[in-house]
Amino acid sequence: MDFSHYLLILLSTVLVNNVVLVRILGLCPFMGVSKKLEASIGMGAATTFVLTLGAGSSHLINLLLTAAGLEYLRTLSFIVVIAGIVQFTELVIHKTSPVLYQVLGIYLPLITTNCAVLGIPLLNAQEGHTFAESLVFGFGSALGFSLILILFSAMRERLEGADVPAAFKGTPIALVTAGLMSLAFMGFGGLVK
Amino acid sequence: MTSLLLALLVMIALALLLGAVLGFASVRFRVQGDPLVAKIDAILPQTQCGQCGHPGCRPYAEAIADGSEDINKCPPGGEDGIKKLAELLGVEFKPFAADAPQPKPRAVALIDEATCIGCTLCIQACPVDAILGSAKMMHTILASECTGCELCLAPCPVDCIRMIPVGTDLTNWKWRYPTIPIKSVKTPAEPRA
Repeated sequence: MDFSHYLLILLSTVLVNNVVLVRILGLCPFMGVSKKLEASIGMGAATTFVLTLGAGSSHLINLLLTAAGLEYLRTLSFIVVIAGIVQFTELVIHKTSPVLYQVLGIYLPLITTNCAVLGIPLLNAQEGHTFAESLVFGFGSALGFSLILILFSAMRERLEGADVPAAFKGTPIALVTAGLMSLAFMGFGGLVK
Repeated sequence: MTSLLLALLVMIALALLLGAVLGFASVRFRVQGDPLVAKIDAILPQTQCGQCGHPGCRPYAEAIADGSEDINKCPPGGEDGIKKLAELLGVEFKPFAADAPQPKPRAVALIDEATCIGCTLCIQACPVDAILGSAKMMHTILASECTGCELCLAPCPVDCIRMIPVGTDLTNWKWRYPTIPIKSVKTPAEPRA
């Protein structure tokens, strides 16, 4: 397992198997928090934090569950553990680094129970990733999520001023745009096997 | 049966562990904040006018909380504000000092647009960003944002800002707080038969 292996995982999660556009996970923050660029940056940072932490911690929990032969408890225990650990980290950050706490803000507890945050650890468990691979997979997925969220919010800010037919104003045109973006990202398919 | 018990045990252990960690963290990483300051700040009118001698409402709230300042220094809050502060802090009601700034009827600033030279000095003075304009352009005041703090009057080099009292009309009329005068009742010398 050399460095290029991890780089490939990172590249594949950011561009090829993007968590929003290809795996269609985490659509609620994608639609809900992409109206303003600043909000989407905060959400991206919080998601990166939670997903990396969640991927690592749930890998350890998965080891425990597999050893006890309780794989069917994955969904339940992953979300409990991720929520608990994120809450713990939030308390620590609040005490030690008020600036970071301000940046992550309300998004940190909000993102904890997001489907992408649950989905990535489950994918990790399914594909039998090692601890380091899980971390890179989680971090890469979160980077991909942040990238799409920020790109999309920049587009959405422009859409506000565009002359859209009345029936398409607001969420409909946003969904159409997301679909077109997803098509564009299919161009990356086959970049990484 | 044993696998069911095992699953139960694992989940209970997980929940207990997380609960203990979170409980420990909430005690160990408690953020020291003075809740009293926030409560006082909530009562103050947030005009940021500085008539109390502090640079804003929050510094005044902090001064009240540590006991270095009286509660009767906030003219925009009016006597109602002093009453609420007295109730919160459990001290006697104090009227405004005779030589201190007195409460006035609510007013908004108005720029005489013919006289305005576009110097932007009032924009810099406004604590709530209620003045619009740029250099050598006419300025105007957002009446809905203006708190009537009069801070823009002093810096204006051509004295083109006036305070216009706001009359009561259907849009801003409010019920008055019920005032029930408390009279001292003399105890009758002897109860009636």
